Amino acid sequence: MDYEVVIGLEVHSELKTHSKIFCGCSTQFGSEQNTNVCPVCLGMPGVLPVVNEKVVEFAVRAGLALNCEILPFSKFDRKNYYYPDLPKNYQTSQYDLPIALNGYLDIEVGGETKRIGITRIHMEEDAGKLVHAGTISNADYTLVDYNRTGVPLIEIVSEPDLRSPEEAKAYLEKIKSILEYLDVSDCKMEEGSLRCDANISLRPRGTEPFGTKSEIKNLNSFRAVQKGLEYEVERQTDLLEEGGKVVQETRSWDDAAGVTVSLRSKEQAHDYRYLPEPDLVPIVVDPSWVEEIRSNLPELPDERKKRMMETHGLSSYDASVLTASRAQAEYFDALTAQGVDAKAAANWVMGEVAKHLNSNGLTIAQCPVSAENLAGMLTLVDKGTISHKIAKTVFEEMWTSGKAAEQIVREKGLVQISDSSAIIGIVDAVLAANPQSVADFQAGKERALGFLVGQIMKQTKGRANPEMVNTLLKERIGQM
Amino acid sequence: MKITRKNVEDVALLSRLEIPEEQIETMTGQLNAILEYVDVLNQLDTTGVEPTAHVLPLKNVMRADVVVPSLPRDAALANAPEQENGYFKVPKVTEG
Repeated sequence: MDYEVVIGLEVHSELKTHSKIFCGCSTQFGSEQNTNVCPVCLGMPGVLPVVNEKVVEFAVRAGLALNCEILPFSKFDRKNYYYPDLPKNYQTSQYDLPIALNGYLDIEVGGETKRIGITRIHMEEDAGKLVHAGTISNADYTLVDYNRTGVPLIEIVSEPDLRSPEEAKAYLEKIKSILEYLDVSDCKMEEGSLRCDANISLRPRGTEPFGTKSEIKNLNSFRAVQKGLEYEVERQTDLLEEGGKVVQETRSWDDAAGVTVSLRSKEQAHDYRYLPEPDLVPIVVDPSWVEEIRSNLPELPDERKKRMMETHGLSSYDASVLTASRAQAEYFDALTAQGVDAKAAANWVMGEVAKHLNSNGLTIAQCPVSAENLAGMLTLVDKGTISHKIAKTVFEEMWTSGKAAEQIVREKGLVQISDSSAIIGIVDAVLAANPQSVADFQAGKERALGFLVGQIMKQTKGRANPEMVNTLLKERIGQM
Repeated sequence: MKITRKNVEDVALLSRLEIPEEQIETMTGQLNAILEYVDVLNQLDTTGVEPTAHVLPLKNVMRADVVVPSLPRDAALANAPEQENGYFKVPKVTEG
């Protein structure tokens, strides 16, 4: 049977505040265990949590950017569960009156734009980190670090509008991109500041009712989101094809093994017994404050992409890649601002720069070659001072030394030789030394010319102007 | 609503309480008596009354995003029944 995949994502994003959501402890990642804790986030009796105003502002900012309604009256609730990652036995979250509702965002998959509904966004506290001695299954005990407890989160819940693992990945990438532009989250999946759970079910194509879903956890990278969901589509399809049933359960993605495994719990139905949080008073958002935040929203990825296409005539694909991160879009803009041709700037940012960043595990904000230096080099290419080939050498040198292109070209004598009188002597010498190749070329073997060009480049250490070499070679052979 | 034996068992599990078999019946009866007692509130007509989100007439009590010193780790761990290497040590948990 032909099945349709139905996916909804729950995305958790840690907000980039200095202090925690309900107390003044630092949110610093990577501190010594249990050094960013206080009586409030440790859940000591008699303490009084107070909301960090920045958390509300960031949540409203995210809500507006994701086209949500901001609820004028919002409150916190206790979500009760027994698990040692939270010392209070409940998580302070929002239940029936979250900060934002009914939004959407547009994703692009296979050249088509699709609108994905956002059910709600709520504010909550993050939980602590559990360290298991040995593996999770054979550990004798568990160690707990509460530094992360109380770090502010927003949870963004999508409608079940996603129809493939690929769409789910595109949606998550878009959320990350928007939150980065908004400057409300670092969105580092590897540090857990952006996390994602997925609900996935299948139904016979063309039918309305949803099938039974499974919830997939531990999708810790964009790749894992796609791979984990692809695996789950296959698993559920096989089950249904064999006449079996999908069981509603939570499963965990095991990235190394490439499978999802059941996390069956003794508690059949999770009953979180939500109740209003009596220690926190409601949040009444002033409409004029919401409008102020709206008017201060930065240019978002979609708008920036549109502007890039209009101003620079870039393709939709190039503009999408360049605007995926705000820092990258800014790097590109800095290049064009210095007069670099847009297409050349796009090629370099998406090509050499991206390649070097990836292989060194760096983000563009950490790029050792400043936009100014790269622009300087591309100007040299444009003027014909250096060749495209030499440009890559200069780029390598800028990457390691941080020097400006002009200085490198001067120090290393990399200026392109475009003086025909200087090239012609080398051409003649190479022709004299390789009579066989000359004869081959004259006999119609085009490849022989490439060999001769290579010899000349070798002798000039790649500095000879390639067009000029080609012209002079053909000219000289023609005269023979 | 009537509390059943099953409800008591479920809540006991969620609350990590071990209730001796012979006490389950008694507790079921006692919980039902409590619910009956507060059930009188259901006689009130609350049409048009906004649900109460908080008992105090307060809103928007917030603090600035400023870091204040945390507890020294020794103090944070002082009441922990068990600790190891700066961590709280708890019985193993395998449920994710």
